[in-house]
Amino acid sequence: MKPVRTFLRTAAVVLGLWLQLGAAHAAIDPALLKPLTGDDSDARIAAVDRIAALGTDDARRVLEAMDNDALYATPSGTVLVVDGTQAWNPATGKTGPVPDDADGVIVNNRIRGEVETALAGLQLFSRDRGVRLSAAQNLLQNADPSQMPTIEKALAAEQDQDIKAILKQVVAVAHLSSPDAAVRRAAVAALADTTDASLTPTLQRMLAKNPDGSYVEPDAGVRAEAVRTLAALQRHQSLVDLTGKLFYGISLGSVLLLAALGLAITFGLMGIINMAHGEMLMIGAYTTYVCQLFFRKFFPGAIDAYLVAALPAAFLVTAAVGIALERLVIRWLYGRPLETLLCTWGISLILMQAVRTIFGAQNVEVANPSWMSGGVTVLGSLVLSYNRIVIVVFSLCVVAAVWLLLNKTRLGLFVRAVTQNRRMADCVGVPTGRIDMLTFGLGCGIAGLGGVALSQLGNVGPDLGQGYIVDSFMVVVLGGVGQLAGTVIAALGLGEVNKFLEPYAGAVLAKIAILVFIIIFIQKRPQGLFALKGRSVE
Amino acid sequence: MNGPVSKQVAQPLPQRASLFSRPAWTGIAACAIVLALLPLLNLVFPSGSALHVSDYTVSVVGKFMCYAMAAMALDLVWGYTGILSLGHGVFFALGGYALGMYLMRAIGHDGVYQSDLPDFMVFLNWKAYPWYWWMTQHFWYALLLMVLAPGLLAFVFGYFAFRSRIRGVYFSIITQAMTYAFMLLFFRNETGFGGNNGFTDFKRIVGYDITSSATRTALYLATLAALFGSLLLCRWIVTSRLGRVLQAVRDSESRLMFIGYNPLWFKLFVWVLSAVLCGIAGALYVPQVGIINPSEMSPANSIEIVIWAAVGGRGTLLGPIIGAFTVNGLKSWFTGAFPNLWLFALGALFVLVTLFMPQGIMGLIRKLQKKRETP
Repeated sequence: MKPVRTFLRTAAVVLGLWLQLGAAHAAIDPALLKPLTGDDSDARIAAVDRIAALGTDDARRVLEAMDNDALYATPSGTVLVVDGTQAWNPATGKTGPVPDDADGVIVNNRIRGEVETALAGLQLFSRDRGVRLSAAQNLLQNADPSQMPTIEKALAAEQDQDIKAILKQVVAVAHLSSPDAAVRRAAVAALADTTDASLTPTLQRMLAKNPDGSYVEPDAGVRAEAVRTLAALQRHQSLVDLTGKLFYGISLGSVLLLAALGLAITFGLMGIINMAHGEMLMIGAYTTYVCQLFFRKFFPGAIDAYLVAALPAAFLVTAAVGIALERLVIRWLYGRPLETLLCTWGISLILMQAVRTIFGAQNVEVANPSWMSGGVTVLGSLVLSYNRIVIVVFSLCVVAAVWLLLNKTRLGLFVRAVTQNRRMADCVGVPTGRIDMLTFGLGCGIAGLGGVALSQLGNVGPDLGQGYIVDSFMVVVLGGVGQLAGTVIAALGLGEVNKFLEPYAGAVLAKIAILVFIIIFIQKRPQGLFALKGRSVE
Repeated sequence: MNGPVSKQVAQPLPQRASLFSRPAWTGIAACAIVLALLPLLNLVFPSGSALHVSDYTVSVVGKFMCYAMAAMALDLVWGYTGILSLGHGVFFALGGYALGMYLMRAIGHDGVYQSDLPDFMVFLNWKAYPWYWWMTQHFWYALLLMVLAPGLLAFVFGYFAFRSRIRGVYFSIITQAMTYAFMLLFFRNETGFGGNNGFTDFKRIVGYDITSSATRTALYLATLAALFGSLLLCRWIVTSRLGRVLQAVRDSESRLMFIGYNPLWFKLFVWVLSAVLCGIAGALYVPQVGIINPSEMSPANSIEIVIWAAVGGRGTLLGPIIGAFTVNGLKSWFTGAFPNLWLFALGALFVLVTLFMPQGIMGLIRKLQKKRETP
């Protein structure tokens, strides 16, 4: 035992010397520390506040020790921060062994609450911007009047604009209860810039009347200012709501677009009713899942890249399934749309059950890669998640690619030729059979890409496609058969309409309203938004 | 002369033939007798006897007859008029809900909460029936409603759809959207039809205990009568001149219009009739299975009705009845023996029937007959 103790003592001395060097510059006045150990709670709280107001690292260390029951005191009134066998004296900055007569300082709940609030305030002086920011945000939730000196000091020292704005708001909120009407008025005016909707109830309370008819806020000038601030807050809030709805509408629209784009090709261009289209989405999503498993097993370091690998994989897998489907089944049913419908429905049942057999009936877990999690905050409170932004951009890229393919390539030329006049195309040497196969494969492959996107937003299960099939057909029918632009506008439009109806009617009624709208719409314009003119009509 | 149309027709229509050929009549009568005997065998012979038919068999056959009626109703519009509906499940379920409302009120105070209102309304803290439950405590009104609800929906939907000449797959897709919308609507608790759980736990119908074997037999026989009544009605329609117009709609609607007919009312008539028959089938189905919930309106269910008709052979009326019994019989057997394979089998059925047996079972029978006649 002896050598160990000797070693510890030596280590302690070395450590103590080192700590002394670091802490000597800012010792705490023993007069401040002494009341901490007394019996009078009010005096102890006052001492806590004063120590907190120092704003130094030492002050934080003392308060943290208090919070962790590591603060000791000797009968002579020396306060010590005990860490294991060592005791640090904040008054001298010296570290030594724990004196035998030191006893733990008892911290009751009231004082502990005070200490914790004070600690939160002290974090405002941290060198780490993130810590300061989160401390400031915490203060917004529950600021204590006793912390005002600390906060004002921090505000004066703060350089960062974001944190400064938050602290200003904290101060303004605190000033709302000031006895001085001018201070209150200035505080209310300052809150107009904060764009924080959670302040609305506070301001409304100022404008309310007491039971005896007098206003809660006695000063008319402050009340007028409060009305102005409330209006500003509401304007901002409605802007946030509008932006949020727009964004989520576009996001939903882009999902619909990805789901319907493949259908716009197979149904719109080729006239094939593919009820198994939803299952192509599902297969794309499951391919993503398999890619993720593959990367997790063989390239755990590059797991974030699995999504990039999943794109071509999903495209190829679903295109292959689609081509097989076209060669084996659909080819025999050209010109018999109702039979195609029934047959592809049967295929969708088989595909779903096959996936259920292979992967189980439960949903599988597809994680967002790390670069897609999180989001960007706009307008103070609205979070636009990265995965939705990525999918919006992705869907537009896919549309652009399809447009280029159809309009700028030889394959696209053939596809359009076969669509417009199959017999003529055949006569001039277009291999119509192979074009049918490739077009159908392309449509299914795009559905696979849509499946990759869907896997990043929601659950991946065997029933994934079922939820989208009706919506996809609605988009294609609304947009007009054979019209790429129509499909884009219909998808985004439906997404927006859905999100704007939802707050009034609820999600289900909004969906019903849209279905009813489409049914009525088709009455008026059976050819969709962008009707073909001239000979192409039937 | 009756009217301008018959004046213009130079040749009178051929003499109206009997509804069915003699062998068909014999077969139908034999089937009807066998089906009618099943519940009697169940009642008369004690269990254990060789001639006893189990309760289960009777209830399953009763259920299948309701399905057969729905498939036949669909065949009237699909097989004869060329309108493929993917939304007949809605009419079936609406008929069921119409009678279900009466059955719910017939529970009276015997529910879990022993309240005047059905349990699900107590659960939602409702104090009174919503307006559309008005009069539903009367059985005759429920009977009226089971015809009116699907009929009215079909009329409104069909009027607008046919007027703007929506046909083919477009019509199919919007009927699917319709059933999807109704399913979502009925899944909501606030719609007032029991939400997810729908209606169940029925106690009695017109004063009789709904679980007693006598009541069940009566329901079974009523279903049998409805099935054969509607078979005769449909057959009578399709062999009449009206039926010829309907088939003309199927084969070439434009040409029919050039001749001077307005297909709207013909299509609407047959569409509404089909919906009503489907609703009656649904209303007979609910007291026999004891539950109705919105999953009956799922698009998959409506498409299953189509496959029954396709397997049996569309455009034959008898075919869908055979198809409904065949497919559902297969389903019962598969889900018992190989539960995981049933969806594969059903899917394969869709594919194989459309590819290789477009005329269904009736088509096979006809082919065999022809072979026998011309050796």
